[in-house]
Amino acid sequence: MSAVRLYVWQRLTALLMVPLIVVHLIVIIYATNRGLSAADILDRTRGSVAWGLFYALFVAAASIHGAIGVRGVAREWLGLRDTALDRLMWIFGVVLVVLGLRAVYAVVAT
Amino acid sequence: MSTTPHTTAYRRDRLWLAAMVHRVSGVLLAAFLPLHFLVLGLAIRGEAELDGFLQWTKSPLVKFAELGLVLLLAIHLLGGIRVLLIENMPWREGQKQMATIAAVAAVGIGCVFLVALL
Amino acid sequence: MSTTAEAMIDVRVWRGGEEGEYQAFSVPRRDSQTVLDIVTWIQRHADPTLAYRFACRVGVCGSCAMTVNGRPRWTCRTHVSKVIEDGRLEIGPLANLPVIRDLAADMTPFFDKWQKAEGTFVPSRTRHEPLETISPDSAERQAADAAIECINCGVCYAACDTVRWSPEYFGPAALNRAWTLVNDVRDTGNLKRLAAAASSGGCHNCHSHQSCEQLCPKGLNPTASIAGLKRRTMQAYIRGEIS
Ligand code: HEM
Ligand code: HEM
Ligand code: SF4
Ligand code: SF4
Ligand code: FES
Repeated sequence: MSAVRLYVWQRLTALLMVPLIVVHLIVIIYATNRGLSAADILDRTRGSVAWGLFYALFVAAASIHGAIGVRGVAREWLGLRDTALDRLMWIFGVVLVVLGLRAVYAVVAT
Repeated sequence: MSTTPHTTAYRRDRLWLAAMVHRVSGVLLAAFLPLHFLVLGLAIRGEAELDGFLQWTKSPLVKFAELGLVLLLAIHLLGGIRVLLIENMPWREGQKQMATIAAVAAVGIGCVFLVALL
Repeated sequence: MSTTAEAMIDVRVWRGGEEGEYQAFSVPRRDSQTVLDIVTWIQRHADPTLAYRFACRVGVCGSCAMTVNGRPRWTCRTHVSKVIEDGRLEIGPLANLPVIRDLAADMTPFFDKWQKAEGTFVPSRTRHEPLETISPDSAERQAADAAIECINCGVCYAACDTVRWSPEYFGPAALNRAWTLVNDVRDTGNLKRLAAAASSGGCHNCHSHQSCEQLCPKGLNPTASIAGLKRRTMQAYIRGEIS
């Protein structure tokens, strides 16, 4: 994938995550303050379309952003090139998306 | 005697450090995410399963790790905004101060988390 | 002048090629002494085989850059008083470039990358047409002028860890030059130039450390120039002009 394309996706997902992470931090602090229990979390999320969309978007953005980010670091610090890099990026990204959407399903739909 | 001529004192610089903090925090967050998703996925097998894990997270050591995560997320967020501003806005002076403000604000968010925790 | 109480500086100078070692010299301290003065003193009074490079001695030619106490500097305009640490100076060749011998680095890769970054002017008019009149006050001209004073010294290139970690990266100087031409209304090479800036050696490698900006002896800001290229390549990409 070309350098601009990776750059545009990485920065757009970063921008998208700014509000998402601000909300996430607030929820984390709020939930921790109340003692962080599964009942609490699932109360919020179960059956909630809004939280479902929020977290699905978050998973997509974090997976794309993180996979491209890790690719860049591996290029500079591990000296990987071309196919090895792209393979690393795709495998990591797909693993994140799959695990992430499974987690969203777990807290929203079960 | 050193066998390479190149020394790197230029790295003793706030903005260079800020870039490294951003990088390391990004990598650590990326490493944490699969674990985070696996834990949340425990809810598939029912609330009790997830709760069992969350009980374990009540231990002080894990709380400490959570503080670390909140700090990582906050510093990467604020450092990332700083980079986006450099890249997309007209240049502005006071870059070092911006990096310091980001670090201080991240620690501030960490403190809020601590207060909420205790 | 008293010969006994003369103040001396401990200077360590790189000897050899890629492999070698730092050699110690004791050099008398003078007022307003530059790092280049130190190197010249060593060559004249201690070891005539010391290899190094300079030409103008007044900060114009860009040939005298070396690593001084771990930071790249133009040595002819760098006063010893500004860079000395605990009475010591360590002087090595410029980093991120092959070492020819002693303090002379091979600048070939540095200049090759100016070509790869399309850092050459592509005129819109031939020599037979009248000169285009450009107002020095126009916004475009001011944008081009902001980054134009580069003397090709390689200081920024040696200070850039992204060059160190990613050898195909064009580096701050070449991209700074490309940005100058992007803003030059007389130039017609922008599509090729933006494509180069968007290639794997291009501007998207840059992490905005600003080491280049902090150390550029001409006070230029390659980080800002590269940010400009990032915006222009992003626009061109979204418009489908480059991929
Ligand atoms: C790398 C970025 C992230 C960090 C550092 C982070 C950190 C945390 C922390 C510390 C908690 C507190 C509870 C716990 O430890 O389980 C939490 C809760 C949670 N996280 Fe994340 N998280 C991140 C990304 C995500 C993403 C992408 C999702 C999307 C599925 C997500 C979904 C959740 C949910 C659903 C909770 C429970 C919140 C509640 O109480 O309602 N997190 N996160
Ligand atoms: C609000 C959210 C975020 C913003 C604004 C943001 C911003 C950025 C920016 C601008 C970069 C590029 C830095 C550079 O090239 O020097 C970056 C790199 C990176 N980010 Fe994020 N990020 C965010 C969230 C995350 C999350 C949740 C993760 C974890 C999955 C992550 C992982 C990474 C990694 C691994 C890098 C590569 C670091 C490097 O190249 O030095 N980021 N981030
Ligand atoms: S800002 Fe960009 S060009 Fe300058 S030192 Fe950092 S990576 Fe290199
Ligand atoms: S941008 Fe500055 S440091 Fe870099 S080559 Fe030009 S004058 Fe030297
Ligand atoms: S000798 Fe010409 S710039 Fe230093």
